[in-house]
Amino acid sequence: MPLLDVNDLTTHFHTRDGVVRAVDGVSFHLDRGETLGIVGESGSGKSVTCYSLLRLIPEPPGRIERGTAMFDGQDLLQMSPAELRRIRGRRISMIFQDPMTSLNPFLRISTQLIEALQTHQDISNKDALKKATAALEEVGIPEASKRVTGYPHEFSGGMRQRVMIAMALITEPDLLIADEPTTALDVTVQAQILDIIKQRQNDLGTAVILVTHDLGVVAGTCDRVLVMYGGQEMESGTAEQIFYAPRHPYTRALQKTIPSLQTKGQELYTIPGLPPDASKPATGCAFFPRCPYPKNRDPMGERPDLVDLGEGHCWAACGYCDSSAPIESVLAKADEAIVDPLPVEVETAR
Amino acid sequence: MPPPISAAEIADEALVEGSSLWKDAWSRLRKNRLAVGSLFTFIFIVLFCIVGPWISPWEANTQDLFLGATGPSAQHWFGTDTLGRDLMVRVMYGGRISLLVGLVATLVALSIGVIYGATAGYVGGRTDSAMMRFVDLLYAIPFTIFVILLMVAFGRSLWLMFVAIGAVEWLSMARIVRSGVIGLKKQEFVEAAVSLGYSHRRIILRHLIPNVLGPVIVIATLTVPAVMLLEAFLSFLGLGVQPPDASWGVLINEGQQNMEIYPWLLIWPAAFFATTLFCLNFIGDGLRDALDPKSAKD
Repeated sequence: MPLLDVNDLTTHFHTRDGVVRAVDGVSFHLDRGETLGIVGESGSGKSVTCYSLLRLIPEPPGRIERGTAMFDGQDLLQMSPAELRRIRGRRISMIFQDPMTSLNPFLRISTQLIEALQTHQDISNKDALKKATAALEEVGIPEASKRVTGYPHEFSGGMRQRVMIAMALITEPDLLIADEPTTALDVTVQAQILDIIKQRQNDLGTAVILVTHDLGVVAGTCDRVLVMYGGQEMESGTAEQIFYAPRHPYTRALQKTIPSLQTKGQELYTIPGLPPDASKPATGCAFFPRCPYPKNRDPMGERPDLVDLGEGHCWAACGYCDSSAPIESVLAKADEAIVDPLPVEVETAR
Repeated sequence: MPPPISAAEIADEALVEGSSLWKDAWSRLRKNRLAVGSLFTFIFIVLFCIVGPWISPWEANTQDLFLGATGPSAQHWFGTDTLGRDLMVRVMYGGRISLLVGLVATLVALSIGVIYGATAGYVGGRTDSAMMRFVDLLYAIPFTIFVILLMVAFGRSLWLMFVAIGAVEWLSMARIVRSGVIGLKKQEFVEAAVSLGYSHRRIILRHLIPNVLGPVIVIATLTVPAVMLLEAFLSFLGLGVQPPDASWGVLINEGQQNMEIYPWLLIWPAAFFATTLFCLNFIGDGLRDALDPKSAKD
C-alpha cells in the first residue's frame, strides 16, 4: 500500500469573478521513502495540490470539491480539524517557498524548534533543546549550540531554509512536502538545500513531495515526476521515463525550454502563448491552445483519458494531436501555425 | 563544518526559560537612558502617591478655614488650598485615583481590545465583518451620553468609571490589533504554524499577539494619559470623582479657577500630571524599540 494515494483531487476557488479551477482531478501516489517531483509553470496548480493535502487552502474562497487523499489508510480530505492537527507537523510536514517570512520574527529559533517538538511529543524543555540543537547541526548550521538561541533576523535566507527543514523534520515525519524550497534562494545555496533534504531523507526514510518549476532540480533529486498544467495532470512516470521518453506534447515542450539542453548561441525556446485562464471552464486538454503539434480535431472535446504506457508511465492521451512525431520536426513547422494565446492571464491564487 | 560540540555540553548553558522576548527587551530597554530615567521618575511618582499619605502628618480632607490658601511653607510644602487643606497630601491622593483609573481602565481596554481584535483579524470573513461592525456601532454612541446614562442607571461610582472608559478605549485597540493581525496572518510563518499542527488559540496567543505587541504597547502608553484626561473631563462635569475626594483632574480644575491669585494650586497638580504623561510616553517609545528585535542598533 502506498504511503499517500491521491485520487481525483479537485480544488476550486469560488471568487467574485467566477470559479477558478486551480486543481482539476489530479491523481498520484507516493511510497515510503520515495521522492515525487511535481513540475509545471506558475498557476499550474502545483502548490494548491500540496496545500490541499494538508488542508491549508483558505476556505472560503477555496474548496476541495472532490477526491480522496489516503494517507496511511486515512483520508486527509475527510479528517476533522483535531485529527488534522495530529497529522500536521507530526506525520506530514511542510517547507515553504520563502524562508524570509516562514519563521516567526519574534521568537528565538530554539523556542520555535522546541514548540514544534513539544506540540507533538511529551518531552522536557531540556531534552527538547538538545534535540533542537542536534537538528540544527544535522542541517549544517555552524555553531548550532550558539545559533540556536538566535532570532530569525540573524540568519541568512539559506540558513533560515535550513532551520525550516530542521523544524519540519524534527518530529521525523513520514512525509515532507517541499513547496518550491529553493525558489527564493540563490543558485549556490539551492544545491546545498537540496542536498540537505536528500541527506535527511536518506537518514530518516521520509517520503518527499518536491514542488518545483526547475526541471534540473527534478532530474537530480526525484524518483518519480508528475507534470501538471492548468490544474490537470499531463504526464507522470519515473524520472527516466519523463526525461528520456516524454510522451505528452507539454512535457516535450517543457524539456525543450531547459537552457542547458539547447545549442549554444541559439535563441532560447519558449512555449508560445500564456497559461490558461483557470476561471474558464476547461474543455478538453488544458494545453490544447498552446500545443505546437498539428491538430486534427476541434478542441471542444472531452478531457483526454489518462493512458498507462506501462511501468507506471501515464500520460493524458491527447486525442487532438499527433504527438508521436519528435518535437524538433514539429517545432520546425510550428512557426507557420502559431496558435493565438488565450487573452487573459489569471495568476491562480494559492 | 561546525566544530564538534555535543548538544549535551551546551544544553545547560543555553537553556531558554519561558519568555525570552521580555528578557531581551529588558536588556535593550536598559540601554535607553531616557526610558530608564522616565521609568524611575514614574516609579518615584507612584511611590510618592502611595506611601506619601502614610508618612505625612496632614489629612487630605481636614479643613482649616482660618488658614485658607497659603503658599508653600515649612509646614505645608506645596501650600494649602482655599479650604486650608494640605495640597501635597491632596496631590498624593489625587495621584492615587488618577493612576488607578488610568492603569486599570487601560488594562481593561487592552485585554478586551487585543483579544477581540486578534480573533476578528485571524478568523476573518463574515465573523470579522460582524465583529467590526459591532465596534463601529459602539464608536457611534456619544461618549458623554453613554456615561450619563450609565450614571443614571447605576449611580455614581469609581468602578462604573472604569467600565465606561474601558468600554470606549478598547475600540481603537481592537482596530489596531485587527489590522496588524490581518497583515501578519498572510505571512508564511502563520501558515507554517498551521502546517506544524498548532491550534488556532495557540497561533493567536503565541505567534500573532506578540508580533503586534509593539504598536499595542505604544497605544497603551498613549491610552493611559488619554484615560486620565477623560477622567478629568468626567470629574469636571460632576460625573467622575466627587469632592471631597480628589484626582489630578479635579485638583487642576480647582486650581485653574483660582490661578491668578493662588497659582500653586494649579502648578503642583499640573506638574505631576504633565510629568507622569511625559514619562509614560517616553517609556512607551522605549518599549516599542526594545520589543522589536529588528530595531537593535548594535
